Amino acid sequence: MAENENFRNDFPLLRQEMNGRSIVYLDNGATTQKPESMIRAMCGYYGGCNANPHRGAYALSVEATGIYETARERVRRFIGAKEAREIIFTKNATEALNLVAYSYGLTNIGPGDEIVLTVAEHHSNLVPWQRVAKARGATLNYIYLEPDGNLSEADIAAKITNKTKLVAVAHVSNVLGLVNPVRRIADRAHEAGAVVVVDGSQSVPHLAADVEALGADFFAFSGHKLLAPMGIGVLYGRAALLEAMPPFLSGGDMIEYVEEQESTYAGLPAKFEAGTQNVGGAAGLTAAIDYLEALTFAKIQKIEGDLLAYALPRLRALPWISLYGCDSGRDNKTGIITFNVKGVHPHDVATILDSEGVAIRAGHHCAQPLMKYLGQAATCRASFYFYNTRTDVDRWLDALEKVREVMRVGH
Amino acid sequence: MDIESIYTELIAEESRSTEHRRHLEAPTAALKGRNPSCGDEITLELSVRDGIVEDAAFTGVGCAISQASTSLMIGLVKGQTTGKAKKLAETFLAMLKSEIPAGDPALDELGDAAALQGVARLPARVKCAALSWHTLAEALEKEV
Repeated sequence: MAENENFRNDFPLLRQEMNGRSIVYLDNGATTQKPESMIRAMCGYYGGCNANPHRGAYALSVEATGIYETARERVRRFIGAKEAREIIFTKNATEALNLVAYSYGLTNIGPGDEIVLTVAEHHSNLVPWQRVAKARGATLNYIYLEPDGNLSEADIAAKITNKTKLVAVAHVSNVLGLVNPVRRIADRAHEAGAVVVVDGSQSVPHLAADVEALGADFFAFSGHKLLAPMGIGVLYGRAALLEAMPPFLSGGDMIEYVEEQESTYAGLPAKFEAGTQNVGGAAGLTAAIDYLEALTFAKIQKIEGDLLAYALPRLRALPWISLYGCDSGRDNKTGIITFNVKGVHPHDVATILDSEGVAIRAGHHCAQPLMKYLGQAATCRASFYFYNTRTDVDRWLDALEKVREVMRVGH
Repeated sequence: MDIESIYTELIAEESRSTEHRRHLEAPTAALKGRNPSCGDEITLELSVRDGIVEDAAFTGVGCAISQASTSLMIGLVKGQTTGKAKKLAETFLAMLKSEIPAGDPALDELGDAAALQGVARLPARVKCAALSWHTLAEALEKEV
């Protein structure tokens, strides 16, 4: 893998050390590292053209507006939306999903209605729906899993009924790393007259996601999981749905006329972007998308597929490792490997790996219902990105041996 | 980081010890301690009579640091007065905040539990070591 070794040069952080060792960063599902070009774009914005967009008539404000709206158009093309006004900038995927819950959910879901989720949802696409269900007297129904971790086909068929008003599903599970059959779920939901909310946080960084092809009515993702800075996220929504929805946050920039007792609201997308927006983050997001598109998703998938093919057989050969979601027969596995070292708690695994310069995630991965369903209090998760190498996998697996040595398990 | 100085043989062994892992027949206090962010969960049972911790035991799941810390704590406070047990909890929690220098005689009071001093260098794990001691302090408050 000499080729992707070179990507590391684009990432200043990956050239540093952690605990005296070069960093093996395998927590890309949590957030990715940032390329120099993205960091330069952020600095360029703040150092060269910072001003409040959509307000001042002076050149800097016009330039800031241009940068912000360029990012919107860039995102539109990136995820295959029809119109730029269908792209709403948020803080992150969580805020985007909350926007849908509070604005669409509270307005359109009522007593006796049903919301269908999968048991593998991240809390960000689960807790908001619990709150909507509680507030409106609706019921939450879950799609459970097949033994291999894929969504139960029987549940997809049975749980989405004519009482279902909304289906919330992750494009890729952040724990199991499996691509869900979103199109099929969307078709089923649309037949039943429900809308589909897709959490794209774990898919958009790794594969070409197209909201039209997926049949998504709403689609959310965070910039920071795809090379962009923290604090910028995206909500895509079908224009007809967004137009009919009430505002989520209100205040400056989202209005037309404000009287003492009444206001009228701006059109899309401004109606959902109250207050000064994260233009620096949007500039970073544009640079991040530029980087990914120059690289191409074909190459990203080839690299991540190679890392999976290199790591999984070696992990399977270790009788003291348990794997979760790693045996899908559907060719839909992304670069997320969730595992446990038998006899050692995940947090101890992560701490000892850290001492070897290897960063992984341990815990419930913001998916407590899934952990309960899997019968695990917690698990470890290693998640790849294109700048990871086979050497990283070697270092990780060597460090797992060290875990057993330190914890005096099997030694 | 010298990981072996934190995960010592004592800690690794103690985390798997079953000596204090049981239910008491007639506990005078039973209190749950949880770290929701990492899933550590212990239930501490105490049997306090005439101001003495006559017996103590725990059940629960968690990482090696939380389990070892709980087990060592029970070994230490059994047979002590509630006042002394409270003082020990204060000393242990101060140790985790690096408020007691290494070699300070106060640490001798903690016996084997002083082996967890290295956890103070792992900010992400301090709460694991502290869990059962906070639970103990809370349970003793209720006893008085």
